[in-house]
Amino acid sequence: MTKAILRIENLHKRFAALTATDGVSLDLYPGEIHALIGPNGAGKSTLVGQIAGSLQADYGQIFLGDEDITTLSVAARAKKGLGRCFQVSSLAMPLTVRRNVMMAAQALTGSSFRFWKPVNNDQELIAAADHAIALVGLQARANDPVSVLSHGERRQVEVACALALKPKLLLLDEPMAGMGSGGSERLTNFLETLKHEIPILLIEHDMDAVFRLADRISVLVYGKLIACGNADEIRNDPTVREAYLGIDE
Amino acid sequence: MLRPDREFWVNAALVAGLVMAPAIAALMNEVYFINLSSRVVIIAMAAVGLNLALGYGGMISFGHAAFFGLGGYVAGISAHHAFEESHFLDLIPGSDQMLLIWLAAIIVAGFLALFIGAISLRTKGVYFIMITLAFAQMIYYLAISIPTYGGEDGLSIYVRNNLFGLDTDNPLIFFSICFLWLMISLYFSHRIMGARFGAALTMAKLNDMRLATSGIEPFPVRLTAFVLSAMIASGAGALFADLNGFVGPSMLSWHRSGEIMVIVILGGVGRLFGPIAGAIVFVLLETFIGGITERWQFFLGLILLIVVLFANGGLMGIATGKARHD
Repeated sequence: MTKAILRIENLHKRFAALTATDGVSLDLYPGEIHALIGPNGAGKSTLVGQIAGSLQADYGQIFLGDEDITTLSVAARAKKGLGRCFQVSSLAMPLTVRRNVMMAAQALTGSSFRFWKPVNNDQELIAAADHAIALVGLQARANDPVSVLSHGERRQVEVACALALKPKLLLLDEPMAGMGSGGSERLTNFLETLKHEIPILLIEHDMDAVFRLADRISVLVYGKLIACGNADEIRNDPTVREAYLGIDE
Repeated sequence: MLRPDREFWVNAALVAGLVMAPAIAALMNEVYFINLSSRVVIIAMAAVGLNLALGYGGMISFGHAAFFGLGGYVAGISAHHAFEESHFLDLIPGSDQMLLIWLAAIIVAGFLALFIGAISLRTKGVYFIMITLAFAQMIYYLAISIPTYGGEDGLSIYVRNNLFGLDTDNPLIFFSICFLWLMISLYFSHRIMGARFGAALTMAKLNDMRLATSGIEPFPVRLTAFVLSAMIASGAGALFADLNGFVGPSMLSWHRSGEIMVIVILGGVGRLFGPIAGAIVFVLLETFIGGITERWQFFLGLILLIVVLFANGGLMGIATGKARHD
């Protein structure tokens, strides 16, 4: 039995009277895409926040490999190999694609407290960034500022930033949101190949993509996981149909 | 190397202007204008310091007079004890050596900034502005409440401090010292902003979540920039005290913080040479319009308003035709 890359145990988070995360346990194994779905307000974003470190869980634990990362900061988790893409693109708009991606490479290739050597001549950084940019197929855009990129291209930059961290896993928060069908199709294909190198925890609304991509699907409703299984099991699960799919279809 | 662009020539013109002004004044035997040039240079240096925090780091400090004034007080107190042959806190002898004074000013201001920054940088936006202001006001009232060092009246430096046996009383020599300092602080800013640290600081300003997600903690990056910024401002303060032969609480007042901030914004936030452009305009207005009317700040306000409303990138944005650096 291979070991889980990411393991979440009995996570709880309350906001006043609202229990946003209610005893969630979840894991992610090498080579898989594990999708997390749920209706609006199910607590997906809260869960993502706790995994990424921008929110602290009330209790419960999160492990990256063997290491307990529950109390680490966002930056510390990222450095340990948790790559994250945001639901709303979170990039530095005036900077070029390459500069955005170089930032992630910078954390990996040594200290940011270097005050003298020009970063623009740092071949190690540039090579690492260009490699990640090439992986998502944005070479032609490397010198353009992010602000002139299309929505879909910004998404690709986000993925490139995450890849430049050489992550142990990717946490993708609705990567398909707002993408045209062509872009969505391309990204789906890309993730399908990528998962063999880097397992992916995918939070997604696009059901077609989820059912096509995910090896396992977990369904979150009112902060609780009500089901976990492969696409067929989830499609045929009566509680899921009632809570989620029934409403949608 | 790239072909020099318009920005290069604007920068060169600013520096040439700074060098020419005192040279011409010296030829015409106008000591006043040499000292006025030194004033521009020193205030520009303080603004270079603030620009690192405010312009490059997005930290709107309304308390940089604390560091500027502290530098001044270190110079004043050191000279005072050297003159009286007494000891600071009965422990540390005074000195009239500029090198020692600068070193002390920069170290003391660095520690103060570390303390103030460590607390203030936990807040953002308007709270950060207010908390830096509050700290600066505390230092201001502290200075007023210490009669040994002149209290409200301030402290005179009777003999200008020394450097390598140079005739620092010669206004041209003193100008040269200040000018060298300004160039050093500009070059320093340029280098660190071009290095890895600058890349991280830029990202902290633009999007600190992106920085954290890239695996770099934003807080230490900001704090370091804040401390470096304060160190530069305090060096300028030490020079300012020597220029005037005097240091008083006014160097620490919130007006002063505001002035330095106005200069940065006027010149162009996050523009390397913006503080020079801002300081030249500021001091010229203060001197020449101020000579005609006490209400010179009305015109300063007017210019600032126009620049902020219509010129993206400050005076440097107008002069170079570009809203920001490449």
